[in-house]
Amino acid sequence: MLLTKEQALARSTHSVGGPNETFVLNLGPQHPATHGVLRVKLTMDGEFIQRAEPVCGYIHRMHEKMGENRNYSQFLPNTSRLDYLSAMQYTHAWVGVVEKACKIEVPERAEYIRVITSELNRIASHLVGWGAWVMDLGGFTPILYAFDDREKILDLLEGICGARLTFCYYRFGGVVNDVDAAFVQGTKDFVPYMRERMKMYKKLVTENIILRKRIEGMGMISQDMCRRYGACGPVLRGSGIQHDVRRAEPYSIYHRFDYEIPVYHECDSMARYLVRMDEIEQSLRIIEQAVAAIPEGPFVAPKVPKIVKVPAGDYTFATEAARGRFMVRLVSDGSDTPYRVKLRTPCLANLSLFEEACAGMLLPDALAFMGSLDLVIPDIDR
Amino acid sequence: MSAILEILGQEPYWSFTRAALFLVGIASFVGANAAYLVWCERKIAAYVQRRPGPMEVGPQGLLQPIADAFKLFAKQVLVPPGADAILFRLAPVLIMTAAMLSFVAIPYGSALSPTNIDLGLLAVFAFASINVMALMLGAWASRNKFAIISAARVVSQNIAYEIPMLLTIVTIVLMSGTMNLGEIVVRQGGWFWHWNIFQWQHNPLVVLSFLTFFICMLAETNRAPFDMAESESELVAGAFTEYAGMSFGVFFMAEYANIVIGCSLATVLFLGGWNLGLGSFLASVPAWAAALIGLVAFFAKLYALIFTVIWIRWTFPRTQFYGLLNLSWKILIPVSLVTLWVTSFLLKVIN
Repeated sequence: MLLTKEQALARSTHSVGGPNETFVLNLGPQHPATHGVLRVKLTMDGEFIQRAEPVCGYIHRMHEKMGENRNYSQFLPNTSRLDYLSAMQYTHAWVGVVEKACKIEVPERAEYIRVITSELNRIASHLVGWGAWVMDLGGFTPILYAFDDREKILDLLEGICGARLTFCYYRFGGVVNDVDAAFVQGTKDFVPYMRERMKMYKKLVTENIILRKRIEGMGMISQDMCRRYGACGPVLRGSGIQHDVRRAEPYSIYHRFDYEIPVYHECDSMARYLVRMDEIEQSLRIIEQAVAAIPEGPFVAPKVPKIVKVPAGDYTFATEAARGRFMVRLVSDGSDTPYRVKLRTPCLANLSLFEEACAGMLLPDALAFMGSLDLVIPDIDR
Repeated sequence: MSAILEILGQEPYWSFTRAALFLVGIASFVGANAAYLVWCERKIAAYVQRRPGPMEVGPQGLLQPIADAFKLFAKQVLVPPGADAILFRLAPVLIMTAAMLSFVAIPYGSALSPTNIDLGLLAVFAFASINVMALMLGAWASRNKFAIISAARVVSQNIAYEIPMLLTIVTIVLMSGTMNLGEIVVRQGGWFWHWNIFQWQHNPLVVLSFLTFFICMLAETNRAPFDMAESESELVAGAFTEYAGMSFGVFFMAEYANIVIGCSLATVLFLGGWNLGLGSFLASVPAWAAALIGLVAFFAKLYALIFTVIWIRWTFPRTQFYGLLNLSWKILIPVSLVTLWVTSFLLKVIN
């Protein structure tokens, strides 16, 4: 929302003394609910928030500038450190943009492996986001159950790429290691296991009356607000806009699978919650189909040069990360290092609507609302 | 030695000896409960969350509370600059004193009740109200915004929940005809259907009364799902944000002491206190054995209730603050008023 100078002045100063006295509450950078070094400057009237001003930059690491100083393969690990919870989709965007620019053909098997690992990573990410959010709401147990399931995914992914969090598994033209029979079997076993667990989560948490009363009708984000701030991912789909990069700008081989884009029209925090829970189910569907159809063949394209040189030009590539649309814009001058890298991250877009959405909210509601945006702070600051 | 014991056993010395014995007893009971309820809570939480819980110090982590106490004692009690140093230091003392004093009036067994006051019930509630004031003082004195928000919440929450709680108590007092806690227990003697919770004929809504009392007790002791005072994901540590070391430890112990008091009261008022509930079964055993069985029965009921309190905490998320107040003003107070009205009407009609 653009403010006039007078409005901005009126909102920035807080009155001292008198019946309308307000005070400034500094939430963060070390606050348990912000899950990272995000600072929110709150102007409070009692427990009501008059103005919430997010202050970013506490974990700024100059990833975009680093991209200009190292060659294409050296920048690959950086992308997995933006949103460390969905590293697979982030590295996918980087290898995707380079493959698009250099016209590298990715083998079938590699595409299937990418889809399976990306979707596994999405489930792991949603589990963490869900558990941490319910913990913000005061329920301590679900996060441990979620981590139990996530552990199974991490074990599978560790087996093929060695990392457990900041995966750097994709390479230009494929993936770094082939998957073995143990991974395929483990993934096949994981799908029915996770479906059973989702039923339990539904009974234990989703249908809990306290939780429903707490987040239903709270933290409304209108479709108009989503458009103005460029909201993406589950936040957008919770506001009734059926937009998913996997459908809208198809990449990899997602068009081959049968799955739905969950969308809810309630615009409240519960809608965002349900979108995430449904996405886990849909990811399981994709994994089930992909594991059944995974072809034999090479797992990386032959003849990809060690030092990649991207032809001069301007390229973009977007993926649907767990938190929304992650886009890389790459400007190349033909040398072995990028001329400019622009990273469009979902969390910054989703955080930007925080200020407008939580004006007039209660402090506990605002924190629960922040949880519903599922922010990862290093993704905001980059 | 025996001569000294004989002198101590005679009046007027016996009153002092008795008082000293009970004081030591209560102090160690409170301390042991606070320390080992933390251990129990951590173990139950671990069981709920499918992890082992404390395991390192001693077998099954049984010495963990002692290690924790040493750690807390070794820490400096910091008074933040700008805080009211006297009130800041006084608040933990006040909260612990009030909690310990409440234990005096509770009848643990037929032969084990520190004092036998006619207005025992009133005394417990008078002491329990100091709890709120101490929390508010501590939070206010620490000059921290999170703590002050928490203080405001504590006060409004406790005012809201004391009303339905006291209305429920009045219902029970009407049913029993006395405010002496020991007397209330004696009147529930006999079979278990003589316990107040099964007294349908006097008060058809007595189960609702029990639930109201239990919910109010959770809210009064600031336990999840009503832990507005602490709510660590919103207010850092709420009222205790600035407290470090043993000054925090004392608040923590007082919280557990208050849970024990609340559950003891629920046992005494609704579940027949030390009564086993098996009719004249105890008449056939010697008096000391009957007293012992009564004590075991009391503690079994008490710890079953405490287990429920802990179980609730690790299962449910926190309520929203205004929802919490609505629950009290719109549901619990009308329900307890109706219960009170029905009870007094039935008592008048029957008698």
